[in-house]
Amino acid sequence: MNNAGNEAKKRSAGRYLYLLVVFFLTLTGFAQMPIFKRYYIADIPGLGWLAQFYVTHYMHYLFAIVLLAIAGYWIADYWLTKNRRGRLTVSGYVRASIVFAIIVTGALLVIRNLPDVVLSPNLIIFLDVAHLGLAVTLLAAGAICLILKKPWVL
Amino acid sequence: MEKQLSRRSFLKSGLAAACAVSASSLPRPAAARNETSQLATLIDIRKCIGCEACVEACRESNYDKFPKPEKPFPKMYPDRVPVMDWSDKQDVRDRLTPYNWLYIQYAEAEHKGETFYLTIPRRCMHCVNPPCVKLCPWGAARRLENGISRIDSDLCLGGSKCKTVCPWKIPERQTGVGLYLDILPAFAGNGVMYKCDRCYNLVAKGELPACIEACPEDVQKIGPRDEIIREAKKIAQEIDGYIYGETENGGTNTIYISPVPFEKLNQSIEKGPGKPHLAPAEDSMEDGNNLAAAMLIAPVAGIAAAAGKFYKMTQSENQKGGDRE
Ligand code: HEM
Ligand code: SF4
Ligand code: SF4
Ligand code: SF4
Repeated sequence: MNNAGNEAKKRSAGRYLYLLVVFFLTLTGFAQMPIFKRYYIADIPGLGWLAQFYVTHYMHYLFAIVLLAIAGYWIADYWLTKNRRGRLTVSGYVRASIVFAIIVTGALLVIRNLPDVVLSPNLIIFLDVAHLGLAVTLLAAGAICLILKKPWVL
Repeated sequence: MEKQLSRRSFLKSGLAAACAVSASSLPRPAAARNETSQLATLIDIRKCIGCEACVEACRESNYDKFPKPEKPFPKMYPDRVPVMDWSDKQDVRDRLTPYNWLYIQYAEAEHKGETFYLTIPRRCMHCVNPPCVKLCPWGAARRLENGISRIDSDLCLGGSKCKTVCPWKIPERQTGVGLYLDILPAFAGNGVMYKCDRCYNLVAKGELPACIEACPEDVQKIGPRDEIIREAKKIAQEIDGYIYGETENGGTNTIYISPVPFEKLNQSIEKGPGKPHLAPAEDSMEDGNNLAAAMLIAPVAGIAAAAGKFYKMTQSENQKGGDRE
């Protein structure tokens, strides 16, 4: 019983970590576009770093690393404990697929940034637009699931 | 050997390479390692006499690419958004502007008991891993396989991020042109960024960039990057001189040779908006790229943690008799 309680606590800690990471990925992701300075957000004391592209670029990478670790953990855990716990719901699958596509496009953009890598300009435009579009889709999906109280697993 | 890569001979040897390079720069999804296909320029500032023939040639040759802004400009919000209008100052030649992609810097320096008066042609360095291109949020800036970085004026929104992240602050903005006018001109974008595109259209045809062609003193050469660096080092050794651009910002495709240390030139030249420095520049993309390896390890670490947890769980279940179903 105690064990099960611990499990639940760990799981909700994991969820908060995930939400925190997505929050910062969104923040530092949108900071890649030159908007926070224009709209005074970087003028708010303590938020000046949002206008420093190399800082937000680095932080986006750091949080992406955490997201990748969480994703690896969840996929392996879901697969290993398949018979012991609930299954992903439809909305869970939808959100997991969006996150997966964000990771794929993001990883390709990371590869683009490496020295000596020259991707075709059209591919880069596609990746940028897709990554941004998927990020917005994930936020929308998250908001809808929150309002309709749709869980990831049942 | 000295003349190996200058003017006409580029047309013979470089032409074939350049054509091959531009033919293969059509959309191609795969990543390409391209150290050898990159063309670099060598600028021997000893030879420059400051005649500005290159500046004129650049302006003439690229005239059709210059902005033709529509006035009046749409009002932009909030009020702090700066209107950058160079269309009434197209004659300015003593700095970089959207209408002047190349200008001459003046330097006076003492070295080894001698006073040098040097003139230095300045424009985009065409970095090997250009942050202006890589960090453009829309892919409006592009790096070609032949080492050219250029900003597509049909796609650029003029947010000026490329200028902010450029170690030399090269791109210059003109308000009132470009794609942003068709989207939300009041709230996003602010024109188009302009800079030297190393005459990509001429190079694609196997011709020389206009500034190289026009120079009466053969100050510049263009050729494969490794050959250009080899030649620069040879000259530097012969004249006990100095090189700029080989390692700056992780390496550029513009290699300057000077008889005077660049610190001294950098002290002497006028610096400021549109007037780039000659100071050391660290590789801007390096810190982020160093994290890329950690990105490969991260999912593996996550999987290992899950496996560890699963192992512990089965262990303790086995001890308790293992009927949790
Ligand atoms: C929930 C997760 C994420 C969100 C909400 C998010 C959001 C964004 C946004 C809004 C942008 C700016 C628009 C653009 O350039 O397309 C961006 C850029 C970028 N993102 Fe993400 N992102 C996420 C995850 C990731 C991950 C996992 C990676 C890497 C594996 C990644 C790598 C990048 C890269 C490389 C860029 C281009 C800017 C740069 O080079 O720093 N992102 N992201
Ligand atoms: S044309 Fe040649 S000599 Fe004249 S300013 Fe330009 S680089 Fe110098
Ligand atoms: S010098 Fe600046 S504008 Fe030119 S390629 Fe490098 S980062 Fe881009
Ligand atoms: S390479 Fe072409 S665009 Fe660049 S400075 Fe020379 S003439 Fe101008």
